[in-house]
Amino acid sequence: MNLEKIKSDIEAAVPGCNVQIVVNGSPSGQHSLLLERQHVFEIAKFLQDDSELHLDYCSNVTGVDWLDTETSEKVKVQRLVDGVEQEVEEIRKTRSPGYLEAVYHLYSMEKKHGPLVLRQRTENRTDQINLPSLTPIWRSAEFQEREIFDLYGIIFEGHPDLRRILMWDEFEDHPMRKDYIEPNDYEYEPTPHDAVLEKSMQH
Amino acid sequence: MEMIAPEDQRTAQSAATAKSEDALLDISLGPHHPSTHGVFRMDVVLDGERVVKLKPVFGYLHRNHEKIAESVSYLASMPYTDRLDYMCSLTNNWAYALTVEKLAGIQVPERAEYIRVITAELTRLQNHASTIGFLMQEMGASGTPLMYAFREREIILDLFESLTGSRMMSNYMRFGGCRVDLPYGWLKQTEKVVAEFPRFLDEFERLLSSNEILLARTQGVGVLSKKLAIQGGITGPMLRASGVNYDIRKVDKYGIYDRFDFRVPIGEHGDVYDRFMIRLLEMRESLKILTQALRDITAGPIMDTKTKIRGFRPKAGEAYGRIESPKGELGFFLISDGSPQPYRYRVRPPSLINLTVLEDMCLGASVADTVVIFGTVDIVLGEVDR
Repeated sequence: MNLEKIKSDIEAAVPGCNVQIVVNGSPSGQHSLLLERQHVFEIAKFLQDDSELHLDYCSNVTGVDWLDTETSEKVKVQRLVDGVEQEVEEIRKTRSPGYLEAVYHLYSMEKKHGPLVLRQRTENRTDQINLPSLTPIWRSAEFQEREIFDLYGIIFEGHPDLRRILMWDEFEDHPMRKDYIEPNDYEYEPTPHDAVLEKSMQH
Repeated sequence: MEMIAPEDQRTAQSAATAKSEDALLDISLGPHHPSTHGVFRMDVVLDGERVVKLKPVFGYLHRNHEKIAESVSYLASMPYTDRLDYMCSLTNNWAYALTVEKLAGIQVPERAEYIRVITAELTRLQNHASTIGFLMQEMGASGTPLMYAFREREIILDLFESLTGSRMMSNYMRFGGCRVDLPYGWLKQTEKVVAEFPRFLDEFERLLSSNEILLARTQGVGVLSKKLAIQGGITGPMLRASGVNYDIRKVDKYGIYDRFDFRVPIGEHGDVYDRFMIRLLEMRESLKILTQALRDITAGPIMDTKTKIRGFRPKAGEAYGRIESPKGELGFFLISDGSPQPYRYRVRPPSLINLTVLEDMCLGASVADTVVIFGTVDIVLGEVDR
């Protein structure tokens, strides 16, 4: 699929939207489109209705958790050392906040082409974790978005029935997140020791 | 017992509806009911005998397969994929191997491709046969058709056992090929099984497809429209029964499926009968593929020699791969960050997504029909809950 063309088509059809192409480094060559959350719904509607693309089938919906990343680089700085100005190497750290991501794989059953990969990202991993739901457009996203809500904690706005699907309703955490710590209920281990004890210290 | 004329019955029914709310009955069907294929539960609201609301409940078998796979190496998840859809572990292996091959750009030798096609089509045969057997069981044909199907299934599982060492948990495919070559005499034995299979199919068809009770129980029951099937992401025999011509073997032509001459059976009405017939017809097409593959298979290596088995690290990137498993589109989505473990490992389970439209198909049906409709979705809970 020609992503450049799809991108310009989308930008022509939905005014004011900003679509980015996310390059995929693997030999699979499945590059994706990153959408802004304000326009996701209109773009999805366009992709479904457009006579040329006609992506009527949403195959796979999934979440990805990207943790906060810390990149460090060496910078040369002028500084006074023992009264003499010298060039010193210093490590500067930059933190970029993590986010949760929802990935959609779209195909067309009529035109028999695909996949077109869409991504939408939340602002951060803690409080701004709402994304628009695409279940009203593709029903196949219904259970899969529920699963993302359950396991990653993304709140899908406009989902008809957003409940936990695999974990029980009283469960509080989101187990697929990368920083999830398993609960401290070692029923089989009356006296925790070694690795188990270390793990239980984390709580 | 007093006989009630149909007219009176209808008035009685509408009187029950008129009473509305207090006439509705909430019941929980499952999770240990034999017709729910494992631990699956449906919250059903009934008006008399008719279903007015149905909410499926899953998760009883959830063990977070994806999380486990993200903490071990790529190869270490291969045996675990067997346990997803434990009826068809060889197709699960293939889907996972195919995705990793896409992710890392691995070529598969020709003989391995043939072995994959042969094992996948044998898997399709045994899965469809036992699905029909279970369906009959749920309609009240207790035992006999299921045992007929299981008799044939066991013959195929014997082939799997001699090839992979295990009847069901095969752990057979590797990135870039297959684990071991075919044992001596395996092809001959498979040819014999394939040649004898049509006899069972004819018998099965004669026994079932024109049976009066079966027709009454299945025709016009649980109709799934073409539009809803596409919208709901339904795949596999269920989609084709609704009249959509979409078979990933034909669309993606993954592996070497472009070399075989076979047809895709399409249903017309999208009811339970169509879904049942599609599976019977698909088995005949699978036999066609098998005959061609067994004829054309060549000698050669079964593993790509350039692929590392230990210390396997694909380049950073992602890939989505999918195959036509007996139950529908089985997809894997992998994100690599260059480390030995996948950063993201996702299974797209056909069983779970095919249940999306269960409520739509069951509305207005009786409880007995609900069980039959559910049977034609063909799910395995190991895959639904993961």
